[in-house]
Amino acid sequence: MAKRVLVKGNEAVAMGAIAAGCRYYFGYPITPQNEIPEYMSAHLPEVGGVFLQAESEIASINMLLGAAATGARVMTSSSSPGISLKQEGISYLCGSEIPGVIVNMSRSGPGLGGIHPSQGDYFQATRGGGHGDYRTLVLAPSTAQENYDLTMLAFDLADKYRNPVMILGDALLGGIKEPVKLTPYKKQPPAKDWALTGCEGRGQRILKSLYLSEGELTKQNWKLWKKYQAMAKEVRYELYRAEDAKLILVAFGSVGRILKTTVDILRDKGRQVGLLRPVTLYPFPAKAVREAAVRCGRLMVLELNTGQMVEDVRLAADCQAPVDFYGRPPGSIPTPDELAMEVDKVWRKTAGKGGAK
Amino acid sequence: MSKAQPKMKQVFDRPRSLKDVPWHFCPGCHHGVIHRLVGEQLDAFGLREKTVGVASVGCSVFLYDYFDLDVVESPHGRAAAVATGVKRARPDRFVFTYQGDGDLAAIGTAEIVHAANRGEKITVVFVNNAVFGMTGGQMAPTTLEGQVTTTTPRGRDIELAGPPIRISEMLSTLDGASYVARVAVDNIKNLKKAKAALKRAFEYQVNGWGFSFVEFLSSCPTNWHMPPEAANERVGKEMAHFFPLGVYKDIKAARDEAAE
Repeated sequence: MAKRVLVKGNEAVAMGAIAAGCRYYFGYPITPQNEIPEYMSAHLPEVGGVFLQAESEIASINMLLGAAATGARVMTSSSSPGISLKQEGISYLCGSEIPGVIVNMSRSGPGLGGIHPSQGDYFQATRGGGHGDYRTLVLAPSTAQENYDLTMLAFDLADKYRNPVMILGDALLGGIKEPVKLTPYKKQPPAKDWALTGCEGRGQRILKSLYLSEGELTKQNWKLWKKYQAMAKEVRYELYRAEDAKLILVAFGSVGRILKTTVDILRDKGRQVGLLRPVTLYPFPAKAVREAAVRCGRLMVLELNTGQMVEDVRLAADCQAPVDFYGRPPGSIPTPDELAMEVDKVWRKTAGKGGAK
Repeated sequence: MSKAQPKMKQVFDRPRSLKDVPWHFCPGCHHGVIHRLVGEQLDAFGLREKTVGVASVGCSVFLYDYFDLDVVESPHGRAAAVATGVKRARPDRFVFTYQGDGDLAAIGTAEIVHAANRGEKITVVFVNNAVFGMTGGQMAPTTLEGQVTTTTPRGRDIELAGPPIRISEMLSTLDGASYVARVAVDNIKNLKKAKAALKRAFEYQVNGWGFSFVEFLSSCPTNWHMPPEAANERVGKEMAHFFPLGVYKDIKAARDEAAE
């Protein structure tokens, strides 16, 4: 039976990484993710790995690039302002098709912002954040257990697609302490016939993103596009009490988690509400959102920002249902009751108007 | 019918580590010579198949087009960080970066200073031609006082832009840097010294003695707006005057001497 431990969300990420065979970690301190580098500094040497504290977030993402270029499983972590600094490296990782796992235990912004939980980095995470026409896979956990499980998955997806994968959590998910089942990692990481190991007995290998010859870059960008299209099959989401719902709430991460209690509160009051929680933010579960829109006729998006994922939901809903929005800028974590009040406002406004068409 | 040729001994050839392709470098540029010196050492130490090269941004980016070995391309200025990652993951491989002054001495100063200070067991080939070459001849941190570039049309003004930066001197103050030398390839005498310095730098990494760094003063006839010969002369006369040649640090030699 898998061991259960009581740990902080940040530690769960680090434990998942080591379990999945991550042996190299490069990072730079920033609140609220410091337990990740701290855990790695204590435990990577025990498994023959290397923890290195870099001089900056820019250096750490480039150290990741170098180590991952040799075929190793590598991770870096940071929080919002630090993730901004890593964007150059993420663009190069995508361009050079080098896998890696990047954790953003996001805080609030813009600028130095604060260390409150926030979902203000949704756009940055799902739109790439750096320069060029690229995508990164984005996983959004909502519990310490998911921090552990999705970090393991992140390494598999990174290797599968030769692409960086981002874990988008927030200060709540990094700091929360709860039981985590340490499911053993049983997969065999794939062989990497592109890794730079010295060209002994074979031809030269090059990992690069510069393409200057006629038509070369066009071809490379189409190749990348095909890959991003193929990622669509990695869509993951959770439905909670949504089967008979006349109003479906859409939220990710910490808000998605809080809303489960909200749904229970409202159900007790006879409100037929349910929840759709995207687990992959890229690829976005657009088909599931559209189906929910068609089936239930009314959607409401709740986020810890002033409106980011709501754009993807509206796009996916494709005018099949009105989409309401409740957003909250950083400062405090909403309680299930507070959110129930906001949802109830929409419910009362539209009571009886929802339901299957 | 041709007469039988007398058997000749071959005394000069292209290093195996270099590909048989024409350079894209401008006539009179020193990159080609420096590439060859690096290739010779890779051959001499038998490292071609055990090496991961790190290319930087600038004229040096096409490293992989000339060297027949595994190469990863680094973002601008980050080569020392990328090399750190490669070497930490594969300490059994020979890892070198090849960077210009626009790359290493400007945007990449943080990365080179900290890689040197950590004593990363990598070798850095630093090519200083006192100008941003590939982007068309703008001022670099190493541009000499009064030097005309496309962004210093009246000559580099120290009041405005500060004085040129001396990287070898700066790095040699760091406890973590083990071998630091500045060389030139403008004449045979200097070329021999450059070869010896590069060999020493390779020895440092192969023997695990620590971080090694060789700065090459290089010409850039195109962006200096000079004929190749005049540009070559400027390296010895003007550049070497401000950037003195020599071995700035050789901790192994210092230790050996102290032990005797």
